[in-house]
Amino acid sequence: MNLDSKIPEGPLSEKWSNHKFNMRLVNPANRRKYHVIVVGSGLAGSSAAASLAEQGYNVSCFCYQDSPRRAHSIAAQGGINAAKNYQNDGDSVQRLFYDTIKGGDYRSREANVYRLAEVSTKIIDQCVSQGVPFAREYGGLLANRSFGGAQVSRTFYARGQTGQQLLLGAYSSLNRQIGLGKVTMYTRHEMLDVVVVGGHAKGIIVRNLVTGEITRHAADCVVLASGGYGNVFYLSTNAQACNVTATYRAYKRGAGFANPCFTQIHPTCIPVHGEDQAKLTLMSESLRNDGRVWVPKSKELAEKIRSGEINPNSIPEEDRDYYLERKYPSFGNLAPRDISSRSAKEVCDEGRGVASTGLGVYLDFRDAIIRDGEQAIRERYGNLFEMYNRITGENPYQTPMMIFPAVHYTMGGLWVDYNLQSTIPGLFVAGEANFSDHGANRLGASALMQGLADGYFVVPYTVGNYLGELGIAEAGFSNTQEDAFEQVEAEVKQRIDQFMNMKGTRSPRSFHKELGQIIWNYCGMSRNQSGLNEAIEKLQKLKKEFWQNVLVVGKAEELNAELERAGRVADFIEFGELMCRDALMREESCGGHFREEHQTNEGEALRNDSDYAFVGVWEYKGEGQIPVLQKEDLAFENVALATRSYK
Amino acid sequence: MKLNLKIWRQESKESKGKFVDYSVDNISEEASFLEMLDTLNESLVSKNSVPVAFDHDCREGICGMCSLVINGEPHGPEKATTTCQLHMRHFKDGDTITIEPWRAQAFPVIKDLTTDRSAFDKIMQSGGFVTARTGSAVDANEIPIPKEVADKAMDAAACIGCGACVAACPNASAMLFTGAKVSHLNSLPQGKAEKERRSLLMVQAMDEAGFGGCTNIGACESVCPKSINLDVIAQLNRDYHSSSFKKIMQF
Repeated sequence: MNLDSKIPEGPLSEKWSNHKFNMRLVNPANRRKYHVIVVGSGLAGSSAAASLAEQGYNVSCFCYQDSPRRAHSIAAQGGINAAKNYQNDGDSVQRLFYDTIKGGDYRSREANVYRLAEVSTKIIDQCVSQGVPFAREYGGLLANRSFGGAQVSRTFYARGQTGQQLLLGAYSSLNRQIGLGKVTMYTRHEMLDVVVVGGHAKGIIVRNLVTGEITRHAADCVVLASGGYGNVFYLSTNAQACNVTATYRAYKRGAGFANPCFTQIHPTCIPVHGEDQAKLTLMSESLRNDGRVWVPKSKELAEKIRSGEINPNSIPEEDRDYYLERKYPSFGNLAPRDISSRSAKEVCDEGRGVASTGLGVYLDFRDAIIRDGEQAIRERYGNLFEMYNRITGENPYQTPMMIFPAVHYTMGGLWVDYNLQSTIPGLFVAGEANFSDHGANRLGASALMQGLADGYFVVPYTVGNYLGELGIAEAGFSNTQEDAFEQVEAEVKQRIDQFMNMKGTRSPRSFHKELGQIIWNYCGMSRNQSGLNEAIEKLQKLKKEFWQNVLVVGKAEELNAELERAGRVADFIEFGELMCRDALMREESCGGHFREEHQTNEGEALRNDSDYAFVGVWEYKGEGQIPVLQKEDLAFENVALATRSYK
Repeated sequence: MKLNLKIWRQESKESKGKFVDYSVDNISEEASFLEMLDTLNESLVSKNSVPVAFDHDCREGICGMCSLVINGEPHGPEKATTTCQLHMRHFKDGDTITIEPWRAQAFPVIKDLTTDRSAFDKIMQSGGFVTARTGSAVDANEIPIPKEVADKAMDAAACIGCGACVAACPNASAMLFTGAKVSHLNSLPQGKAEKERRSLLMVQAMDEAGFGGCTNIGACESVCPKSINLDVIAQLNRDYHSSSFKKIMQF
């Protein structure tokens, strides 16, 4: 497996512009001869599909939802970072770069992160030109707020619906290209495999979710923008159908999978209520700008709260432990996500948690309401407060909100080089689906930034370069009669037949729940060697049982949510094992990956830079074989490795 | 709690549908409406029966995928709440709940409670955008936009495209949906250049997709989970008529 990161020569700040200058160009008349497949229509997919079509390429775009506007990017609430320095508070490309490297606990690639920070400013310009209604000040200029892990205000937002507005912006550009006939949109279609011809990705096999028909689609290259794998935990803040299938299938066809154990547990979600729960809801991190996180100082008081004996508002100041402010005075409630989540788990493990289950902490707006008035808080967070009220039935203007960490984002993903190309030539990966920019922990408001950076400003260039290198003689690959298409399609169909004919006794959902329990218990907020070994054993058993006992009712030739889930869960179970192997391999704690064996006396993560400053990339070796670890060493030439401190 | 359900079952677009009775037990008040349906579906699967098909995805009220007419009301009884955000504490033990798909000619049923809303995408493709090629933008602060204008645009842009407005309207009109996008883009300086073209093309696309006309009933506004205001229809009418007039008079 070739892990050449292809980082361009030259000083950090000139790499991207030099690289763009050195790229092959395809002349406008020739661009219409090429065809690109984009899988996924979230921020990365929509923006890539629209931008490629604007350049003149023909694009086919696929999504499993009934409209590209529904991709899960839409649910991002808080905002998008950009190094505009509109607030005159010392922000710069260099600072955003530094914050992102540090926030990622020094496990990401400098050159990629610098480029991300560099193009961040253009994203805001682009979105505003599309009519994205960002929040503004009375003078008419753009407003900003601050977010976790940063000491400057660089986050742009549209109420608590930033992801929605950015996605609708990208969707509108996509729509324009669909209307012009440059993009062919396939909704309610799910990619089930990638086809590699002569070592290059040349197409995909998809299932029409309405008719069940399996079809082949050929192109000159494929862009995967299929999102993250948080649903391996069953309960997560992801949408119900988010899945790992597209990226996991690509892994099985030869794409390296990087850092699968780097998952982000978001500190501010609504606590779990019961067994039939199917979804966890996130409350934007922006709430931590004004809300104060606390639990009672004593176990006894916490118990009284849990039993309903006392009201949290009646607890005097001296009996409250504002633990983030206490432990991390300079960042306080805005400590990064991994640290905030782990701290919440610690106080709950000590028996000081609130909520009926004991798994919850307070996020209290009392002081902010006294300081700024209820109206100001309503303007900032009104829709989030309403959402909380709808779900819990409680009024957060009067009773402190309860929150608990939940799985939210996955930093790991398919390995890509500087061009966002995977180890399969012609297979590009954008957005959450790749591993590239967030290291071991993502900062708040950086996911939207990365998705749009990849889609608007990176992929359209690097894909063009790849197509230019292919040469015009190769343009317009469309032969779906190649053996590779025959073979992959046959495998896809055989798998579906296997599901339909199994006639077992357990539903796909029941397997998914069991999988989620295993991953959460052993590969969640903290991990250890024996637990991970146990998890691998349990997952292998679960996989065996799944393939003997899953029950898929209905028919394959119709809309069948059970069949869809069966396919996704089958991949999730195998992927879960890969995650555990990665977590087991990484004998250090960094970012979202906390190994109990590696912590300081104060319980903080203990990184091991001499042995683990690398990207762990897994190479598939065949059914039943243990995957092989490959390493991409990370060189830090511009940032000194340091222990993260938010104290 | 225990509930009786009357659910619309329809095998495919072509087949004839009917109501089927089900009952579910041990439903927690904390559960969401869709979690209640998950429970029903799991019990159907365990009896080897085909579960009820319904659209859903984000389950946090923003993707617009969920639908369902619950006891005659699109998205159910709670104001400004999508079906996925409706919780069972709003129902009582022993209640009978009727669940139907969106019913509109432009939204044909695909299966059970799932409908085809691609007509909405068609309207958007006709003009629901600002022509702004990637890379051609000026600095974001170059054009100041008064806060009131940005806020008004945001109010309209909050539409999630679920289609409840169409389902509630006796004419199955898509004026609230179309008006929301027109109002969002036409209010902003960035959208001004294509204002007339947009207004004309989107109304034309709406008519071609088979949506009915607006007769100012207001059912759309009252069921809208994002509280989109009827003002957006007024703005659409205004912009459409002034654009038509200009076109006829060849200004």
